[in-house]
Amino acid sequence: MSEGTLYDKVWDRHKVTRLPTGQDQLFVGLHLVHEVTSPQAFGMLKERGQEVAFPKRTHATVDHIVPTGNRDRPYRDEAAESMMAELEENVRGSGIEFSDPDSGDQGIVHVIGPEQGLTQPGMTIVCGDSHTSTHGAFGALAFGIGTSQIRDVLATGCVAMEKQKVRKIEVTGELGEGVTAKDVILTIIGKLGTDGGVGHVYEYAGEAIEDLGMEGRMSICNMSIEGGARAGYVNPDETTYEWLKGTDAFADDPEKFERLKPYWESIRTDDDAEYDDVVTIDGSAIEPTVTWGTTPGQTAGITEPIPDPDDLPEEDRDTARRAQKHMRVEPGDTMEGYDIDVAFLGSCTNARLKDLREAAAFVEGREVDDDVRAMVVPGSQRVRDAAEAEGLDEVFKEAGFDWREPGCSMCLGMNDDQLVGDEASASSSNRNFVGRQGSKDGRTVLMSPIMVAAAAVTGEVTDVREMEEVATV
Amino acid sequence: MSSPEFSDGEAPAEKVTEVSGTGIPVRGNDIDTDQIIPARFMKVVTFDGLGQFSFFDQRFDDDDNEKDHPFNEEKYRGANVLVVNANFGCGSSREHAPQALMRWGIDAVVGESFAEIFAGNCLALGVPTVTADQEDIEALQDYVEANPDAEVDIDVAEETITYGDTVIDATVHDAQRKALVEGVWDTTALMGANEGAVRETARSLPYVPAEHIPGDEA
Repeated sequence: MSEGTLYDKVWDRHKVTRLPTGQDQLFVGLHLVHEVTSPQAFGMLKERGQEVAFPKRTHATVDHIVPTGNRDRPYRDEAAESMMAELEENVRGSGIEFSDPDSGDQGIVHVIGPEQGLTQPGMTIVCGDSHTSTHGAFGALAFGIGTSQIRDVLATGCVAMEKQKVRKIEVTGELGEGVTAKDVILTIIGKLGTDGGVGHVYEYAGEAIEDLGMEGRMSICNMSIEGGARAGYVNPDETTYEWLKGTDAFADDPEKFERLKPYWESIRTDDDAEYDDVVTIDGSAIEPTVTWGTTPGQTAGITEPIPDPDDLPEEDRDTARRAQKHMRVEPGDTMEGYDIDVAFLGSCTNARLKDLREAAAFVEGREVDDDVRAMVVPGSQRVRDAAEAEGLDEVFKEAGFDWREPGCSMCLGMNDDQLVGDEASASSSNRNFVGRQGSKDGRTVLMSPIMVAAAAVTGEVTDVREMEEVATV
Repeated sequence: MSSPEFSDGEAPAEKVTEVSGTGIPVRGNDIDTDQIIPARFMKVVTFDGLGQFSFFDQRFDDDDNEKDHPFNEEKYRGANVLVVNANFGCGSSREHAPQALMRWGIDAVVGESFAEIFAGNCLALGVPTVTADQEDIEALQDYVEANPDAEVDIDVAEETITYGDTVIDATVHDAQRKALVEGVWDTTALMGANEGAVRETARSLPYVPAEHIPGDEA
């Protein structure tokens, strides 16, 4: 049993009571809502004649189905229009604040929470989306829930949960040139497996994590779920506080910042905390890392050979064989040189301003390969506006990228942004599952934003370190 | 098993102590929820009618021709016990996945291991996720394949799976077992009963201003 970790402390502060099932009832500090997983929950609430218990601790946006091109209402896609209309009705009828496309604040739910300062250390945060783990970057306890649990939260302001084990993942050393947070998390999942984190919460620590900005920490926490861990977090520190100071929540209210800071400090993991498990990873040994298969755990450093399924643990062999057949890769080869048709820079993992800056710095003066369709989908309207103010949109457009409106887009292909046929994509998103990007024959290679930029330019998976002038921002 | 009746937020009394019926095996580790129900079928505002889309892209090719998949096989028609392998239900948190399986007719899922959010979503629907050793699961899959009409009995309370002359030691996670066996898996009603304690917890948190607590507004 862990003791004295941020997880233990935040859990205890939010525990309402022990339920007869043996689960704990936890108060939810922030409930984020989007259009795909919430309508049925609102429906169930209505059926029971109940109201939203804590509308002011609830915030909505639209991201999954929203078009990233023409956004005139009604949306051309009738199903998307009806989901949007349903969300509008549900949130407006309940007094829930809604970052809709007209507000200028719309975006992917895991981008807008942190940028508006809704996400704060020491909170419990839930959303009907598995990538809610993103918010753990701020030292919050954040996890994805299903629709019935959304009903629970809407109706009671609480979730029923069992406490999990805490695994500390210490990433030591300094990351090398061209190596980013995305490479760190792909390496972690590759090492611990897609189910390695089941039953665990991941605490990310160590020099390499502390050196990261908030964007990098978010990328890492975001993909905790791909390693089976429902939540992951980083202890709050000065980097966290600097970010918070610039958000809507605190920019005009320094007093509130000072008032809450002692709480944030108090929930940091104690020096003598006990973990259920500690894993150490040498950050300086991490290379730019990509996936070769169809799970986020099937990864290799860019110079590493794709494994022979026969050399893998028995339980991984079948999955690896099927994955290699689908991806059309051979054991012993590296992923370098793998032809790509699409470059997708976007998603809740990697579509923040820093991601766009790094990719733009790389593509400036370069051109997208003739055989590649490349798109940038900023994570939010604010990210898009800030990027445009810096001229990043022009850099991308001049290089041949499509510059789009914010949303989840081709990460899961619920709008028009989809792979076609057996297209291969270099993607900064989080899942390479078969069919994930909208085509069941599509092939996804996950990588960092600068690796996506490099692949867009060369038309193949490329070691960004071998290109001239590696971008560092 | 039928859908529970809800009334005035009271917990349904339905207890899920056992599930019996015929089995259907879906083999493979890491079967994610995008495979169980592709995202394009989630452009809906109710869960009605999702059953037919279970494993859709595994079952049909681009021209809507049937592919080899247990959910297409006549011999498994009417099966209600799904038998899977490791890390089933990983990936997206979409409750649409267990909703689709339940509406297809699945009343229980037996496997080597499950992704957590998926298992939680199943529990919210009163669908047990029962685990057993790899060897036992594979033997059960073989048995079901050879005997699609034979009964498989899951005893949730006793944590056993019985088929033919075989009894497997299974595991149903403690909280899940208690919730199902005692019929207290409607957590909305359970937690709704503690309204006063919830407000007290909210008040104790420095980041929750009084105006965010209904009733406490100045």
